[in-house]
Amino acid sequence: MAIDFLYPQYEVVRNYDRCIACRACERQCANEVHFYDPEFQKMMADESKCVACHRCVSLCPTRALKIVKTDHTFKANANWTGKAISEVYRQAGTGGVLLSSMGNPEPYPIYWDKMLINASQVTNPSIDPLREPMETRTFLGKKPGKVERDRDGRLVPNLSPQLELNVPVMFSAMSYGSISYNAHASLARAACALGTYYNTGEGGLHQDFYQYGPHTIVQVASGRFGVHKEYLEAGAAIEIKMGQGAKPGIGGHLPGHKVGPDISRTRMIPEGTDAISPAPHHDIYSIEDLRQLVFSLKEATAYKKPVMVKIAAVHNVAAIASGVARSGADIICIDGYRGGTGAAPTRIRDNVGIPIELALAAVDQRLRDEGIRDQVSVVVGGSIRNSADLLKAIALGADACYIATAALLALGCHLCRSCQTGKCNWGIATQRPELVKRLNPEIGAQRLINLVTAWDHELKEMMGGMGINSIEALRGNRLMLRGIGLTQKELDILGIKHAGE
Amino acid sequence: MKRIYVNEKWCLGCHLCEYYCAFANSGKSSMVKALKDHKIAPRIRIEERDGISFAVNCRHCTDPLCVKGCISGALTIVDGAVQIDSDKCVGCYTCILSCPYGALSTSNEGAIQKCELCMKNAFGQPLCVQGCPNKAIVYEER
Amino acid sequence: MNYVIIGNGTAAVGTIEGIRAVDREGPITVISEEPYHVYGRPLISYLLLGKTTEEKMLQYRPADFYEKNGVKTLLGRRALKVDPTAKAVHLEDGASVPYDRLCICTGSRPFVPPMEGLDAVEDKTSFMTLDDAKHLDAMLGEHNDKRVLIIGAGLIGLKCAEGIYQRVRELTVIDLAPRILPNVLTEAPASILQKHIESKGVRFLLGDSVQRFAPHTAHLQSGGAVDFDVLVVAVGVRPNTELAAGAGCEVERGILTDARSATTVPDIYAAGDCTVSHDIAADTDRILAILPNAYMQGETAGRCMAGDDAVFDKAIPMNASGFMGLHMITAGSYDGETYLEQDEAHYKLLVTRDNRLVGFIMIGDVDRAGIYTSLIRDRVPLDSIDFDLIREKPQLMAFSRAERAKKLGGIHG
Repeated sequence: MAIDFLYPQYEVVRNYDRCIACRACERQCANEVHFYDPEFQKMMADESKCVACHRCVSLCPTRALKIVKTDHTFKANANWTGKAISEVYRQAGTGGVLLSSMGNPEPYPIYWDKMLINASQVTNPSIDPLREPMETRTFLGKKPGKVERDRDGRLVPNLSPQLELNVPVMFSAMSYGSISYNAHASLARAACALGTYYNTGEGGLHQDFYQYGPHTIVQVASGRFGVHKEYLEAGAAIEIKMGQGAKPGIGGHLPGHKVGPDISRTRMIPEGTDAISPAPHHDIYSIEDLRQLVFSLKEATAYKKPVMVKIAAVHNVAAIASGVARSGADIICIDGYRGGTGAAPTRIRDNVGIPIELALAAVDQRLRDEGIRDQVSVVVGGSIRNSADLLKAIALGADACYIATAALLALGCHLCRSCQTGKCNWGIATQRPELVKRLNPEIGAQRLINLVTAWDHELKEMMGGMGINSIEALRGNRLMLRGIGLTQKELDILGIKHAGE
Repeated sequence: MKRIYVNEKWCLGCHLCEYYCAFANSGKSSMVKALKDHKIAPRIRIEERDGISFAVNCRHCTDPLCVKGCISGALTIVDGAVQIDSDKCVGCYTCILSCPYGALSTSNEGAIQKCELCMKNAFGQPLCVQGCPNKAIVYEER
Repeated sequence: MNYVIIGNGTAAVGTIEGIRAVDREGPITVISEEPYHVYGRPLISYLLLGKTTEEKMLQYRPADFYEKNGVKTLLGRRALKVDPTAKAVHLEDGASVPYDRLCICTGSRPFVPPMEGLDAVEDKTSFMTLDDAKHLDAMLGEHNDKRVLIIGAGLIGLKCAEGIYQRVRELTVIDLAPRILPNVLTEAPASILQKHIESKGVRFLLGDSVQRFAPHTAHLQSGGAVDFDVLVVAVGVRPNTELAAGAGCEVERGILTDARSATTVPDIYAAGDCTVSHDIAADTDRILAILPNAYMQGETAGRCMAGDDAVFDKAIPMNASGFMGLHMITAGSYDGETYLEQDEAHYKLLVTRDNRLVGFIMIGDVDRAGIYTSLIRDRVPLDSIDFDLIREKPQLMAFSRAERAKKLGGIHG
């Protein structure tokens, strides 16, 4: 096009006093931003291609590079923001649906940041987790309502299958296809080392990863990709994906060019074909239908594995969760609107769904009110960013949390939100072999282990301060939370008091 | 003994090892001072072709042909590492003729240069290993 | 076990280090006619060139080398005879040194063919030993005013030429062969090297020889004459096999040994320039008077003398030499299918036979030549590597991924 209405979003700032022209930036940029100009004998950059992934910045051995947001501006307008204008230009240029990656970036309220945590003073002792026992182990699954004994008074084992988590954090579903083999390997190894679980997503389970089965949650989604008996039996639990926080109500689409031999085999689809996950499961139009699938999966795995159902946080999430609990699911997973994605229509990502904090509070309350809270565990995801978010989620009623964006950040993701291009310079959201190899799972797994271990330490520290020594005692303990700057309505939904009350 | 090992599976061909090597052996206090506007002559070198790349440097053989064939006694084994005394080296290149890995190279000073595991420079630990972003080069016991 | 080594060159060092790799205790005695601490013989040209000093030369092995290895040295003393029955070495001065295992590392000596009038030439020398180099140095003096004639355009003659070319008024090299380095190079690369050396002021008279000498003139077969002040005779060397022959060892052109460096007489081993080697590149027996070979044979001898099971069966001719700034590396045999790459500055010839690389010549760019050498030494089948890549340049990329993983991820002997 002769006229480009758009000015590049980022600028590459190179300190020529430091640049030694080693060309690492050039070699490492799949977007081909950097190049050496033999005439000038200098490194140069085409910043229009830059996605601000910081691969070059991170590898530059002399710290000669930084990426800055351009200060070039449209004529300022609170309504017609630069973003709004640019999007019109882009659509006018292409006629296409705008696509985005990762979670909802819009400035909606983040309720985690409007809740404060309690601590013990004088009348109730705090606990030093370094000196006293502190339990962050937790179990997910249906809990029996009563103790049963046989005629001779012996205990009848009536416990449904459980997932045992050493830390109340799991890695949420990311398919092999949306992320790379090495990203999956990193997650799998870390989950094993941490004593928790990672989730296959709907891409099936690569042959090589069956060895991590005891720490794997295998997903069954609307496309049913890669689902077969061995797959179901390989995992520790089975998750039915009904929805995803980043794009509730729509399906998924892995373009054919990403379906190479390995992915084709894993997903059980022909090489090079688009992998389209329908928006709904075509066999589920009611809670009763869902129940059929739940029990089909249980039947297929001899009732040995918990079945999870994952839904997106939408307007009437509490009622839906109640229905899911009654479908026979052992664990309900709720994904908030800030949850990530490898690709979603921008409008959907940015406008559909509700915050996980409100959804969680509403679901937990509803299940309690209906007296069925013990029949299911509740796992939440959709932007748990740190151990404080994690603690607040548990205090609001979650049994455990799912993290994915934070996990990807640990692997090197810089949230450039360009996953859909398939040119992830960090080897995460890509299938190009030369990029995939940039993520050495040995390093990746260790960084994930470090992250979750650090969160676990912090969690224990905060729990100790509150005088609480187990997840059991924290779960749903909303008295440990106070709102700040929230309306009465918001406080009511969250089921917490305002700070000072 | 700890040696440098190369795993081409994780080599990205970024060539940073070469630059860290050149810096480590420059005697300068910063990489910028050492390498700005310099053509580097590192002791570790990347071979690359068609998406395959890997670093090659001295393997510190237990029974090194370079040491055995050295006419001046400049190449010796010190604590398991093959080292060169550039003062003794006369630049005959018999070691280049002998080394099956092509791990010795000529330097601008006339003597041969080779990886000495950064034992003789200010770093004491191989800087290429520290600079490798993907653990394609590791320094360990095997 | 009582070890005795006759000779004090590289083969002797290899023998000492070989013995000590296995046996830390047994006494070792080194007997050598030369009065010096061991030095690398090929260094003598570099000494004249100023690239090394006598002091540094004598550090081929450190000053405490003998002491640290428990070696008793009898330097400046000549071994006359080996008595294999009594197991003793008799010295010229009447002493006798008993041995349990003996290694003969007597090396070689310059071959000086009979030439009419040679005796009348006063300022003349061979070019083999440190004393030769010192002698030549003294004859050249300080004034860069001497005319030097070198007889022989082989490695010794040319290294000598390199050593002195900046210190003479005139330098002529004469050889009967039609090209320089006749035993090392084929015609084309020899002429490249010759041009380079000529450009540094050296004159070559090839395909010619001296008919007779006058004190300062060589009259040539071709009819011409060369005036000179200093004469260097570097025609060739002959192995010192007399001691071995006297002991009853089988000797042809050199001492015969097996892959363990053992001679045909029990408990007598031999290594270095005095022996015949089996050249695996050409599959022939020949004398390979090169330093790495001497070390390897010596080390093998040492290990076997001490009871180890070592073999050295990878001998090939090979040379690395620089001549006035131009480097050359060669190895193996040149009999086979050839692959040539050449431009202004560089020359590279690869020779293959029966699915093996058997030889190469590199002039100019000699980077990583050892990869080629290893293909010859290890007799790597060429269909197991990417020959196109190896032709392009010596590179590990030519090997399979698995082979590379072994090379770069393993520990190597």
